[in-house]
Amino acid sequence: MVVFDKPKSLLDVPLHYCPGCTHGIIHRLVAEAIDELGIEGQAIGVAPVGCSVLAYNYFSCDMVQAAHGRAPAVATGLKRADPDNHIVFTYQGDGDLASIGMAETVHAAARNENITIIFVNNAIYGMTGGQMAPTSLPGQVTQTSPYGRDTSHCGFPVKVSEMLATLDGAGYVERVAVNNVKNVRNAKKAIKKAFQNQIDKKGFSLIEVVSTCPTNWGMTPINALKWLEDNMLPYYPLGVYKDRDAQKEAE
Amino acid sequence: MSTTQILIAGFGGQGVLFAGKFLAYKGLIADKQVSWLPSYGPEMRGGTANCSVIISDTPVGSPIVGTPDILVAMNLPSLKKYENDVAKGGIIIVDSALISEKVERDDVTTYYVPATKMANDEGFATLANMILMGKLMKVCEEIGFDGTEAAINKVVPAKKANLIEVNLKALKTGYDFE
Amino acid sequence: MAEKVLMKGNEAIAEAAILAGCRHYFGYPITPQTEIAAYMAKKMPKIGGCFLQAESEVAAINMVYGVAGTGKRVMTSSSSPGISLKSEGLSYMAGSDLPALVVNVQRGGPGLGGIQPSQSDYFQATKGGGHGDFKMIVLAPSSVQEMASLTVKGFDLADKYRMTSMILADGTMGQMMEPVSLEEVEVADYDKSWAVTGTKCERKHNIINSLSLVPEELEKLNFERYEKYKTIEENEVMYEEYMMDDAEICVSAFGIAARVAKNAIAMARAEGIKVGMIRPITLWPFPVKAFKAAAEKVNSFISVELSMGQMIDDIKASTEYTKPVTLCNRAGGMIPSPEQVLEAIKKANEGGNK
Repeated sequence: MVVFDKPKSLLDVPLHYCPGCTHGIIHRLVAEAIDELGIEGQAIGVAPVGCSVLAYNYFSCDMVQAAHGRAPAVATGLKRADPDNHIVFTYQGDGDLASIGMAETVHAAARNENITIIFVNNAIYGMTGGQMAPTSLPGQVTQTSPYGRDTSHCGFPVKVSEMLATLDGAGYVERVAVNNVKNVRNAKKAIKKAFQNQIDKKGFSLIEVVSTCPTNWGMTPINALKWLEDNMLPYYPLGVYKDRDAQKEAE
Repeated sequence: MSTTQILIAGFGGQGVLFAGKFLAYKGLIADKQVSWLPSYGPEMRGGTANCSVIISDTPVGSPIVGTPDILVAMNLPSLKKYENDVAKGGIIIVDSALISEKVERDDVTTYYVPATKMANDEGFATLANMILMGKLMKVCEEIGFDGTEAAINKVVPAKKANLIEVNLKALKTGYDFE
Repeated sequence: MAEKVLMKGNEAIAEAAILAGCRHYFGYPITPQTEIAAYMAKKMPKIGGCFLQAESEVAAINMVYGVAGTGKRVMTSSSSPGISLKSEGLSYMAGSDLPALVVNVQRGGPGLGGIQPSQSDYFQATKGGGHGDFKMIVLAPSSVQEMASLTVKGFDLADKYRMTSMILADGTMGQMMEPVSLEEVEVADYDKSWAVTGTKCERKHNIINSLSLVPEELEKLNFERYEKYKTIEENEVMYEEYMMDDAEICVSAFGIAARVAKNAIAMARAEGIKVGMIRPITLWPFPVKAFKAAAEKVNSFISVELSMGQMIDDIKASTEYTKPVTLCNRAGGMIPSPEQVLEAIKKANEGGNK
């Protein structure tokens, strides 16, 4: 009896991610959702610039690599090319989505673009070696905030889910985490729902996944998970920030 | 073989571009080579607007009219600005209801048409431009009246087809004005 | 032949694109090309197409990148400052070998510059238009009819060679109206097996990508791309020779400048001066051979440009610096008059160019 298997939508290739990095978990959750919904043949993924730039090598569906921050715009094009048959998702980090690509993110949400965005928030630029991100916490030490993020000098982190939830266009926005089994299960549920929404033509869905970067945080994977719980989750509370369907039902 | 270079100038909103388009279509219907070039930019917010129209038996080179054979001046600044550019022996048509000054040059033929007043009197206040086009067709034999109706049918949008008649009337009014 | 109608150059581009099968347009407002977007906004919803006003030029070109990745015909249009913003996407499309049509209705620069016509983006268009080694096919219409025909041609070349075609027009070409006849277009079948349209679980996944971290591999890609460019240089050059048979002076100009130059040539011919013109229609690939051949016959060249002198470098290089080349130019949104060009021709005729 098979108790554990690789999702079909992930290719059988070694991932380049650092040991203990949570990208592997999130990739798997996305692939499982695609498998379970039976949309592998329709799916087109957009890889960002950043640690997950090579995601195009890992997913078995058609993939497009986008310029830094432009994934939602590229996804818009991919979706509009064949709205009935393409299932389009982006997979973006915090620098990509919340800094250089903030305009593309906000406007894709405002348009209620019928795409699915997986937003991996680990509060740091990973690929370039650990610089301060738009989501780095106050006081957080990074390569470019060596004395800790000084909010009087470079301002405050961007709470993406809270912000996007204010937009009428955004259909579904939830923040999840992958620091323990329970949260991973919730994350899976949210990601699957974000794809289901697209299939049902419900429009823009974004899942913010709070995750770790042991390498650039300078911690062991275990300590990184602990740091996430102690520091990130209080600043970035988990939960559903926008669910147009649920709101409609409640009304 | 002839080439007629026309410059129509006035304020934005006086129908300068529309009048030019009418002439261009008239040329096209007469199987001539034509070009139409508007000034563009802030003019459309009520500043000065002008448009260059060339009607020719031979292919049109530059669409920019630097030395007009015919100048239609619909306000004083336009007359002042372009009067001296008009070709020797050329024609200037002035809306004398809006411009009280006279053309200073004596090497051109000038026609004063109180087009804006006539348009008001006739009950088609916005068509002074077409009255002036009527006069232009009368005094420029290369252009003439032939094909007027077909050209008006082309330039008046289908949604506003009810305006075809009144445009024709304005053109005739200008054509018959002595 | 289809009936001739009067159309603005910008509208002719839009209608021709639709005839060529383009059903996706993304853009951002900027003068003097807004008629293209307005036309598309009106037409696309009625023919099952997609017009979308993007949040920025940057987003627009990346939406183009997305549709191009699916193998469908797609375009964007802008004017000079907007093209600078699009240069990121142009480079990525080159690196990913994606076909698309990009229109630049140029205005005076640099910076925000002005809104009047210019040709000062020649370097930007012909020498790359973004970071990295790449070319775009650059087409320079000189009439409203060519605004239409080169749009159709641009889509074909883009598909044929999997790269960006750019229409390099200017404010005058965009705003002027001329009679144009728009024919039905038969779109050839191009191989699009590389496109991302969903694997249907029937094939290995396709990847649209410009990243290549192994330098040996990236070098190979660049060499291969330049082999393709060489084929284009050999096969796709377009230009017009005008009164060159007995010419002793060769004027060179494209777009609106060529229209002005034709007036000046007529005036000069009337005075007995033997002058002709080479009008490049493809600015890249540049008509190198035509200029080289002309250099064997004529005494000198005059480059008429709405810039501080950009194409002149290509004329000098094509003629291998064997004959004098002078510049007759206006800049910043100004257009040379036929009289100014005539003066330059007369000066060249008196040997002033040597």
